[in-house]
Amino acid sequence: MLSDSDLTALLITLKLAAVTTVILLLIGTPIAWWLARSRWRYKFFIEAIIALPLVLPPTVLGFYLLIALGPNGPIGGFMQLFGGQPLAFTFTGLVIGSVFYSMPFVIQPLQSAFHAIGHRPLEVAATLGASPLDRFFTVAVPLARPGFLTATVLGFAHTIGEFGVVLMIGGNIPGQTQVLSIAIYDHVEVLEYSQAHWLSGGLLILSFLMLISVYALNRRFALPKIGGDL
Amino acid sequence: MHLIVALHYRKLVVIYNMTIDARFKIIRDNFTLDVELNIPDTGVTAIYGDSGCGKTTLLRAIAGLEYSPTSYLRVGHKIWQDSSTFIPPEKRSVAYVFQEASLFSHLSVRGNLEYGLKRVPKNNSKVSLERAIDLLGISHLLDRNTDQLSGGERQRIAIARALAISPRLLLMDEPLAALDLKRKHEIMPYLESLHDELKIPVLYVSHAPGEVARLADHLILLENGQLKASGKLDQMLTRLDLPLAHGDKAAAVIHATVAGHDTEFDLTYLDFPGGRFTVAHKDLKVNHPVRLRVIARDVSLTLEQQSNTSILNIFPAIVDEMTPEGKAQVMIRLLINGIPLLARITRKSASLLELAPGKHLYAQVKSVALLS
Repeated sequence: MLSDSDLTALLITLKLAAVTTVILLLIGTPIAWWLARSRWRYKFFIEAIIALPLVLPPTVLGFYLLIALGPNGPIGGFMQLFGGQPLAFTFTGLVIGSVFYSMPFVIQPLQSAFHAIGHRPLEVAATLGASPLDRFFTVAVPLARPGFLTATVLGFAHTIGEFGVVLMIGGNIPGQTQVLSIAIYDHVEVLEYSQAHWLSGGLLILSFLMLISVYALNRRFALPKIGGDL
Repeated sequence: MHLIVALHYRKLVVIYNMTIDARFKIIRDNFTLDVELNIPDTGVTAIYGDSGCGKTTLLRAIAGLEYSPTSYLRVGHKIWQDSSTFIPPEKRSVAYVFQEASLFSHLSVRGNLEYGLKRVPKNNSKVSLERAIDLLGISHLLDRNTDQLSGGERQRIAIARALAISPRLLLMDEPLAALDLKRKHEIMPYLESLHDELKIPVLYVSHAPGEVARLADHLILLENGQLKASGKLDQMLTRLDLPLAHGDKAAAVIHATVAGHDTEFDLTYLDFPGGRFTVAHKDLKVNHPVRLRVIARDVSLTLEQQSNTSILNIFPAIVDEMTPEGKAQVMIRLLINGIPLLARITRKSASLLELAPGKHLYAQVKSVALLS
């Protein structure tokens, strides 16, 4: 079964995924909204930046983040200047890395959900007296509900599965930055296949269950589109 | 062109009390809307024209959904837009019914109806929600989800949702166009009752002459983004210089009131300033106002009053104006005691009867349709 250190790794992983997902929903929602609405001609530039983690090897992303977060990097140096610690090899550093790493998995579903709503419901709300912020919260967000669900689960699951970025910027400090995927790697390296099985199998089932619930719920949420309605 | 519009503008000022005053110049990729309008503050004003003529753009601009820097809009004493002001749509007291019902699918029917109501000042309710629900006959639908409704029901709810905010102005963008014939017939009576019972001015975009004839009091005719003409419906329908008075469906609309019934032959008499129409019995109270539609091809002309004829509706008339209609026919605008009527006859008949403006004759109306 699971050893104490495995359990700690599991808890750290879940905490990392939860914190990252919450942060990504908070910053990703306005970005996705802007991307879905804006007619700025260079919007594709931002979209490409956000999609980068999809194609970049995680180690590359991790390497640059390590440089940036380390004591000599701009962010790490900035932190040190104000009496803080460099962020590399800390849980905060892991969160920052995960936010970048999972960003497309949160922003893209939100962006396409906002895009799918179209202008009409918001125009209807405007003619019914709703201010832009009111329209966003009472029309756009509820109508984009399937997008929020997908974004949450994909962001969470993808963060759980991260390996390369964590290894580069978090190292492998048990109890602080050792996450599940790295614990598995460690077990395999020392031929502890039974522990590796437990962790891997657990992760497999967890991920599968999460995806099943997204697809099932999104089917239930699927909004009727009869007669050109919303 | 500008001169014509300006002349027209002056004429309208005389006719209407000019409470809605609009000047829009909106340039889009492949289209320019450039109009200057006075819109009467009562009744239904139809904005009519072919698709792509700018009807919807005009309506959206009035709602504040389209912006252009050089436009001007005054509704009553309030400036909604000028060079320094642009009131956003949510602050305009205007309700908009879109072509598709566009109900909020995340809200119930009741939630949809209350959405706007919650966002307007309380003391501003000329039409209560109950009144709107009642007018549109939707009380049995309130607790449904929006996906449990037929197309006609959806559109009725969209109209009630718009009315519930007690707008200063109701804008309707082809509210029937997305519906099949059966649903159209289902909604039409509700639209007519709106017309009869509400004091709110309505702008009704349409490209269906039938809807216009039934609902409108005034007509604004757009062509390629420009104002072609505007005025009272009965005049506009019979102006030979306008496209509405041509083609197979050209028809005059006549306002009449029920004068009485003939029980022996099952007939109803309808009086208008030019005389009396006799039609098959309609179950309407005496003095009830009705609209009649007389299609130009159902009107024939004789120089002497026929006595041995099956046609009951014969009126003395004067030829006001005539233009060729295709190669073989002529469209004639008649006046029956000042009330305009269209007649389409062959060019040969016109020549045999020696028709010319000012000539006195008799108009025989073969059939007449009751619109309301």
